[in-house]
Amino acid sequence: MSSTADKEQDKEASRRDFLFITAGAASLVGAGMAVWPFINSMNPAKDTLALATTEVDLSPIEEGQRITVMWRKKPVFIDHRTKDQIEKARNVSLSELKDPQSDNDRVQRPEWLVLVGICTHLGCIPKGQRTGDQLGEYKGWFCPCHGSHYDTSGRIRKGPAPTNLPVPPYKFTNETTIQIG
Amino acid sequence: MAGGPRRQYNNPIIRWIEYRLPIVSTMEATLGRDMPTPRNLNYWWSMGMILTVALAIQILTGIFLAMHYVPTAEGAFDSVERIMRDVNNGWMIRYMHANGASLFFAAVYIHIMRGLYYGSYKAPRELLWILGVLLLFIMMATAFIGYVLPWGQMSFWGATVITNLFSAIPLIGETLTTWIWGGFAVDNPTLNRFFSLHYLLPFVIAGITVLHIWALHVHGPSNPIGISPKGKHDTLPYHPYYTTKYLTVFGITLIIFAFFVFYEPLYLNHPDSFKPADPLSTPSHIVPEWYFLPFYAILRAIPDKLGGVVMFIASVAILFLVPFLDTSKVRSSRFRPIYKQFYWIFIADVILLGWCGSQPAGGIALLLARIGTVYYFAHFLLVMPLVGWFEKPRPIPDGISKPVIPKERGDIPTRSSPEAAE
Repeated sequence: MSSTADKEQDKEASRRDFLFITAGAASLVGAGMAVWPFINSMNPAKDTLALATTEVDLSPIEEGQRITVMWRKKPVFIDHRTKDQIEKARNVSLSELKDPQSDNDRVQRPEWLVLVGICTHLGCIPKGQRTGDQLGEYKGWFCPCHGSHYDTSGRIRKGPAPTNLPVPPYKFTNETTIQIG
Repeated sequence: MAGGPRRQYNNPIIRWIEYRLPIVSTMEATLGRDMPTPRNLNYWWSMGMILTVALAIQILTGIFLAMHYVPTAEGAFDSVERIMRDVNNGWMIRYMHANGASLFFAAVYIHIMRGLYYGSYKAPRELLWILGVLLLFIMMATAFIGYVLPWGQMSFWGATVITNLFSAIPLIGETLTTWIWGGFAVDNPTLNRFFSLHYLLPFVIAGITVLHIWALHVHGPSNPIGISPKGKHDTLPYHPYYTTKYLTVFGITLIIFAFFVFYEPLYLNHPDSFKPADPLSTPSHIVPEWYFLPFYAILRAIPDKLGGVVMFIASVAILFLVPFLDTSKVRSSRFRPIYKQFYWIFIADVILLGWCGSQPAGGIALLLARIGTVYYFAHFLLVMPLVGWFEKPRPIPDGISKPVIPKERGDIPTRSSPEAAE
């Protein structure tokens, strides 16, 4: 007797549980859907995203010269590397590197190095773009904030930065023009 | 907030209001003549009042600054200069706001130091303490985003370095940082939302302060000897006794505040704040405001990016755990001969970390910051639990009305344990 009653109660309870769970799940989904537009409104807006590509004419850049352009409000370093700099970047064994990556994987044409000029530690702008700037121990770039040294391929060699200076997505649209982004 | 019988008022207007909304009696029972307060509170207990005043100064000056401030990357710096030069009394309002932040932090640090020394966080006031740590967190966030608003070089690069901390989080770091920025770098959208939040958060602080005071009211303030009042003979009405006592502190605080506002308004400032933000040039030495220096030193002391960020947050968040880490049953350090010494070493350690945070990273400052960081956490994780176990507390007096007896005499009537004294 009692066992049948229990079973019936169980059945009742499970039906109610089902309603509770579905109602609860539906309200959670509803709450999530209500909150998401607000969270998403803080993501980059359309006009911010519209600045996502930048074209750069490379023809006026002399060998050994570095220029800075803006892409997505970030500085991008373009380095017309000398033979010597390329040589230095290539003559490094990967085992010496904190974030191992060969120079070949970081350039499309060896004389043109394109980098996002933001230190991967806490976002400062490394020195090395202007004449007379400190270049660091590896003759690439040097971040003064917390002392990160980058080499002539923009790879982290010494200091607190965890990774190499990133290479932004870019392509050569013709012999002397690149489009970043 | 308190239950029980309420005061009767003769004034018909107050009676009319009281019948409908017992707000006057509630206020009097919270921080007025109907609040029994331990009779032995010293001046260190005045900081709650100073903090309320500081919050009021910040909100009031902030509202008027917001009437002239332009929250855009193009307009922010110039609008702040306009406030300084052209807006009537704008310079005064802005200097009050900028130095008010320092006043706020000075008071909150004294408030926390008092809580740590006198064991104010111990049962039954754990939640009161936890709400306080939450207030500290929101205060820090508010101060940081407020510092960004003038859009000078230190604002911009401080914002860049601190928001980049989030990029250390594995997997979601990049997405999260982009979301916080509303773009791909600290820029106009970041400034807009920081302004919005900087206006909002003080009211969140005010709201949580109400909870903080409510929790304070339930068991009343702790006191310098850490023994709960046993009756009327141990208490005084909050008003007029403590209101007048603390008005003295209020006056002295305002004199110090006025000195900074009118004579040394830029003493705590940094010259780079006078340069407009330049996203292409990082100042060679980024330092936060003085009240963040110890935590900044901890951030830089850790050689790993993610580790640094975790310890940075943990250095404040560990305060949440203090009520559970301290194993001693005795509240006040007055009766804790060993813990008292560790307490002062800890204070010295925090000051040392503050100095390290103000120096360029490297050399002796970095070494000291590392030692200081280890000790900082050891104080909470080792000293607090272990000293509580091993220390033999000094004899506890009978009650609040008794401890005037000379400390060194052996014949004080004492109880062996604080529970017995409760």
